[in-house]
Amino acid sequence: MKDAFGTPQSLLILGGTSDIALATARRLIARRTRTVWLAGRPSQALENAATHLRGLGAETHTITFDALDPDSHEAVLGKVFAEGDIDMVLLAFGVLGDQANDERDPVSAARVAQTNYTGAVSSALVCARALQAQGHGSLVVLSSVAAERARRSNFIYGSSKAGLDTFTQGLGDALHGTGAHVMLVRPGFVRTSMTAGRPESPFATTPEAVAVAIELGLRRRSETVWVPGSLRLVMAALRHVPRAVFRRLPL
Amino acid sequence: MPADAVPTSPAPPPAGPRRPASASAPASASVPSSAPVTVTGWGRTAPSAARLFRPRTYEEAAAAVRACGAHGARGGIARGLGRAYGDAAQNAGGAVLDMTGLDRVHAIDADGGTVLCDAGVSLHRLMEVLLPLGWFVPVTPGTRQVTVGGAIAADIHGKNHHVSGSFARHVLSLELLTADGGIRTVVPGTPLFDATAGGMGLTGVILTATVRLLPVETSWMSVDTERARDLDDLLARLTATDRYYRYSVAWIDLLARGAATGRAVLTRGDHAPLDALEALPRRNGQRPSPRTGAAASPGTPPSGSLWTPPSGSPWRASTRVRAGRSSFGEAFRFRRDMLASPLEFRTPSLPAAPSFVPDGLLGRTAMGLFNEFWYRRAPRARTDELQRLSTFFHPLDGVPHWNRIYGRSGFVQYQFVVGHGREEALRRIVDRISARRCPSFLAVLKRFGEGDPGWLSFPMPGWTLALDIPASLPGLGAFLDSLDEEVAAAGGRVYLAKDARLRPELLASMYPRLPEFRALRGELDPGGVFVSDLARRLGL
Ligand SMILES: Cc1cc2nc3c(=O)[nH]c(=O)nc-3n(C[C@H](O)[C@H](O)[C@H](O)COP(=O)(O)OP(=O)(O)OC[C@H]3O[C@@H](n4cnc5c(N)ncnc54)[C@H](O)[C@@H]3O)c2cc1C
Repeated sequence: MKDAFGTPQSLLILGGTSDIALATARRLIARRTRTVWLAGRPSQALENAATHLRGLGAETHTITFDALDPDSHEAVLGKVFAEGDIDMVLLAFGVLGDQANDERDPVSAARVAQTNYTGAVSSALVCARALQAQGHGSLVVLSSVAAERARRSNFIYGSSKAGLDTFTQGLGDALHGTGAHVMLVRPGFVRTSMTAGRPESPFATTPEAVAVAIELGLRRRSETVWVPGSLRLVMAALRHVPRAVFRRLPL
Repeated sequence: MPADAVPTSPAPPPAGPRRPASASAPASASVPSSAPVTVTGWGRTAPSAARLFRPRTYEEAAAAVRACGAHGARGGIARGLGRAYGDAAQNAGGAVLDMTGLDRVHAIDADGGTVLCDAGVSLHRLMEVLLPLGWFVPVTPGTRQVTVGGAIAADIHGKNHHVSGSFARHVLSLELLTADGGIRTVVPGTPLFDATAGGMGLTGVILTATVRLLPVETSWMSVDTERARDLDDLLARLTATDRYYRYSVAWIDLLARGAATGRAVLTRGDHAPLDALEALPRRNGQRPSPRTGAAASPGTPPSGSLWTPPSGSPWRASTRVRAGRSSFGEAFRFRRDMLASPLEFRTPSLPAAPSFVPDGLLGRTAMGLFNEFWYRRAPRARTDELQRLSTFFHPLDGVPHWNRIYGRSGFVQYQFVVGHGREEALRRIVDRISARRCPSFLAVLKRFGEGDPGWLSFPMPGWTLALDIPASLPGLGAFLDSLDEEVAAAGGRVYLAKDARLRPELLASMYPRLPEFRALRGELDPGGVFVSDLARRLGL
């Protein structure tokens, strides 16, 4: 169960090697989290992550989960929920793709969309139903500031996150009043292994900062969290910039 | 109910629409409502959803319990008026049995001083019914809006714990609906009783209870007030003189720092005897006869309480009564009204708190000013002031929904006890709270008497401190965890009825009889029919 500050005792991470997810897990383990499920494609990185969290004192399990195989989601995730209540699901998988390459290769572009959007839709729905049956728990979804407005430099990734973002908003409304809580997290540019080597956008942030914001959001039972928080205002302004101008902004 | 008990008044009609508002969702029919509703405790943290049953008969309650045990049903838990601060009366994804539909007062033995009632009856209702007959509930918490079932399940304590113990000590027997759907009569001195008293509803649903009452002559309190300038002064005063008062409590200003750390206002007293009212206009005159525990005036019930003032002690009986009125005419009218109906139970009511309040409204400044005002307002020393029962015991009940003022994040109440001889730990904790400037309204310090037999009962002989803190305060979780460490290291414990955040690892050391409790539960309820969010969170 969560405590009075929204801190979960059990955590399921979809995308178990995500830097943001692991930073979040570390933070939550320092508070109340005692059980962690890391879901992802089997890999050394996933095992390393599990070992790391175990070292912090959490009973950690890994499970094979592939966002690109929606047919398996029900069975794989169902097993986790059958083991006991999950107080928080963190949906953290996603790929950035390579915009220039993906524009030339529609198949790889489609894979970005399938991972970030289709895979998220099916796994989030499975988890949402389980949380609803439990009558409690948070589903935290990592969207992106890129979901807010299409940018020339990353619209394939951005559109997949936009789909996820809209989906999550609707899911939050659908679950309102069921005891389950849905929280959308919109970080700006995060310095992670996923973005290593890429030019930083303004308002760049870190996985730790996102983790802090997630913990705060849980305490407040927020529906949307921007990281950094100032992005909320920045994006509110940018949304109204005319396309012709926006196109030319160095974003 | 003793066999010879004579019901002296017809059972009052069910409270019906007068049911006081609970923190929970609307009352539903006796059948499970089809859509789950969100439920929280009084602190409004950690909401979860459950199906609400509201049984109106014992049969309906038994049927509901059987349904809770059905395959895949996630169990059930009884709920009274939802005044537990944390998650004791919620059950995510399962059922919550709202017991306030079972609210009959079955019989009052006005000679022997006992009442047999349903567990869903509130203490408020009992006071309404009992006071005119010259009886009072044996133990009352800081609010009247709790049920008898909730009072037993949390084994609540009042300002009289140092002389009367906690609530379950005054329970002569109770009927418990157990996991198998059967009803057992449970009497003190048995393991099932000791598991149920303080057992947070996890042994079953309490259906009825027979409670021993306290005789009173009036519905007024005779109250002494004094200030303590710091914590040492406070502890010394309580230690030296607590035993002369039936009721005793100290309001501590935890925002005071430095030399004033722990400064407090002590309010202590007892039920005012009839002659205290009679003595009223003679504002400085002597009271006719000092109150002794027994037979204060002809025709009043004999003292059936567990406790009488120590004989030959400087028991602060009313020797002088002040009505708090200025002119003689006013004082006269006041006296006339009081004497016309000395047992009248009046409860003032203020407008409810608004339903939306932003987080953080009650910051340090506001609370600090309030505490300053409260401390200065109290007289340095005043004796034998007459106060209404509700003013003395339940000042917050006058403002419905006051728990909303803490905003959306809600608030936590931190209450712990450490034993006598552990004053150092208490002092450290008070220092740390003061140094951290937790925005808290007046916190409450009490000196507990003997411990109670309930396995998970909270009180133990020593000092208990309770304070409300907004949950939105940054870093509060970690801070309270570190206080828990101090408490546990001092052999103390935190109060489950108030808890919403204890680290499960600390539970066993705080409650040494937990293994027995778990074993009994395992035997009585192997299928885990009774379960709550509290039980899941702490692994009870
Ligand atoms: C302003 C305020 C002041 C307070 N002051 C004090 C105080 O001075 N001393 C003190 O000890 N406490 C105090 N409390 C706490 C309160 O007394 C307890 O939490 C009490 O248990 C609340 O009773 P309830 O009927 O609201 O029960 P709920 O909050 O609804 O339930 C509390 C527990 O009782 C169980 N329960 C309720 N009914 C039944 C039943 N019929 N059968 C089995 N289990 C049942 C529930 O399962 C749950 O575990 C205070 C609370 C408030 C809000």
